[in-house]
Amino acid sequence: MRRRLWFWQAMLLASVFSFWHVATHPELIPPVVWDNPHRAAFFFGEPVKIVKVIIDWFASGEIYPHLWVTLQETALAFVIGAVLGLAVGLWLGLSHFASALADPYIKAMNAMPRVVLAPIFMVWFGLGIWSKVALGVTLVFFIVFFNVYQGVKEVSPVVLNNATMLGATRRQLLRYVYLPSATSWVFSSLHTSVGMAFVGAVVGEYLGSARGVGYLIHMAEGSFDINTVFAGILLLTLFALVLDQAVSMAERRLLVWRPSQAGDADRAL
Amino acid sequence: MSIAVELEGVTCAFSTKGGGAYTAVKDVSLAVAEGEFVSVVGPTGCGKSTLLNVVAGLLKPTEGRVRVLGDVLSGVNARAGYMFQSEALMPWRSALDNVVAGLDFRGEDRASSYPKAEAWLERVGLAGFGNRYPHQLSGGMRKRVSLAQMLILDPQILLMDEPFSALDVQTRVLMENELLELWSANRKSVIFITHDLEEAISLSDRVVVLSAGPASRPIGEYLIDLPRPRDVSEIRLTPRFIALHDKIWHAMKDEVLKGYAQTRNRVSA
Ligand SMILES: Nc1ncnc2c1ncn2[C@@H]1O[C@H](COP(=O)(O)OP(=O)(O)O)[C@@H](O)[C@H]1O
Ligand SMILES: [Mg+2]
Repeated sequence: MRRRLWFWQAMLLASVFSFWHVATHPELIPPVVWDNPHRAAFFFGEPVKIVKVIIDWFASGEIYPHLWVTLQETALAFVIGAVLGLAVGLWLGLSHFASALADPYIKAMNAMPRVVLAPIFMVWFGLGIWSKVALGVTLVFFIVFFNVYQGVKEVSPVVLNNATMLGATRRQLLRYVYLPSATSWVFSSLHTSVGMAFVGAVVGEYLGSARGVGYLIHMAEGSFDINTVFAGILLLTLFALVLDQAVSMAERRLLVWRPSQAGDADRAL
Repeated sequence: MSIAVELEGVTCAFSTKGGGAYTAVKDVSLAVAEGEFVSVVGPTGCGKSTLLNVVAGLLKPTEGRVRVLGDVLSGVNARAGYMFQSEALMPWRSALDNVVAGLDFRGEDRASSYPKAEAWLERVGLAGFGNRYPHQLSGGMRKRVSLAQMLILDPQILLMDEPFSALDVQTRVLMENELLELWSANRKSVIFITHDLEEAISLSDRVVVLSAGPASRPIGEYLIDLPRPRDVSEIRLTPRFIALHDKIWHAMKDEVLKGYAQTRNRVSA
């Protein structure tokens, strides 16, 4: 059953690419929409050429530094955003006064479209990786923060009372009860937050940088090289899929204590 | 024999949503001797857990006070171990790590605490299950872990809140016998909460019957003069057990009916 599904999924992909190829190739069919036979290729690119661009990138090794930069930015944005979100989420979750005080500002900051901050980050952190990391952090932070904040309020009071009866001090409750359960909430939002870190990195690169896959796309757009643009998009998609798989694997390893967590993730896919 | 726990005129009232107050238990006085096994029975919702929380120091009584080995209790009762009615294990810790938790809180290092925890797991019949997480254990096994987790700290007073009520009958009888065996090896004072009169009689030296709520209070105390060591399933067939059961049940019946009528009224209201 599974194998048959794979077959049809592959067929779907193949037919989409075939259609794309036939419709955009200058000589295969007479032009329908435009008079100029090269128009369709100009707007939509040509899949064969796109694949060739990607192969050339890897064959020449030219792509690796760009991929590496994007990966670095994604990883840094995720780690920094998650740690900040965890810390602030725990803090506000445990302190009624602090959460009441910060509540409207947190809501406002979350409502703000954070992509517009990118130019500001560029002024602050320059064109290197840190302005992209900063953008990713603002995206990741809120996801993790809200998860942890909500989670702190839902820690089982029985588990807390039990730990208290076993002699835990307030500090120890934080370290041995709140922190481990908060970490599990970080992991429950792992797919979304890693995705967001990636979005931050690519959008940052796109808006201004000298390296990264987003930068490649931006440069190709500047010279109307539509094939390279599509190649970049395809590469980003593959990259995101690999990243998502890595996250699933990490999840399965780290959340063994959670009943059927890995199973749920599989089913969702 | 000296007194381990003494409740003096304990009253507990909770504020209700409507702004009023609900008095769960009123003017309860009760003494438990050192090494004595006392069961508290009463209809569901009469305030048994509330009383136990007061003795544990997790809940401050509205009026009255608790003495532990002569000293007035303030804050958490460090001399007591508490076995909760619902799941209280830390789900992210393996069975072994759960048993060792109390020693972690005391700052004992793992080199000395792990062997102790292994020994306790063995004593509750879970040798070889140390690396399982709570969700990988059956309900009965989780209760055994809770028991080991409590007993490893060697508390002088054991507070048990319907610990076996969620188990099937066979597992329950097994656990009751094991509890008696562990207890007789090293007699602690026990306050054992249950709504099951047979369980109360077969385990205890004394049974205290609470009236139905609100304003629940003890309405009878019965010495259980059955010989020890006991086998809980066999002792239930002896004439003395049946006579005691008849006597206590007779006194309880009105309260159970009252409690039942109140719950029904509350549901229909
Ligand atoms: N925190 C609370 N707030 C309000 N009412 C409570 C609270 N805890 C218990 N009660 C009420 O007190 C009564 C006794 O509760 P409990 O001690 O849990 O009963 P039992 O353990 O005997 O079943 C119940 O009617 C319950 O609704
Ligand atoms: Mg209860």
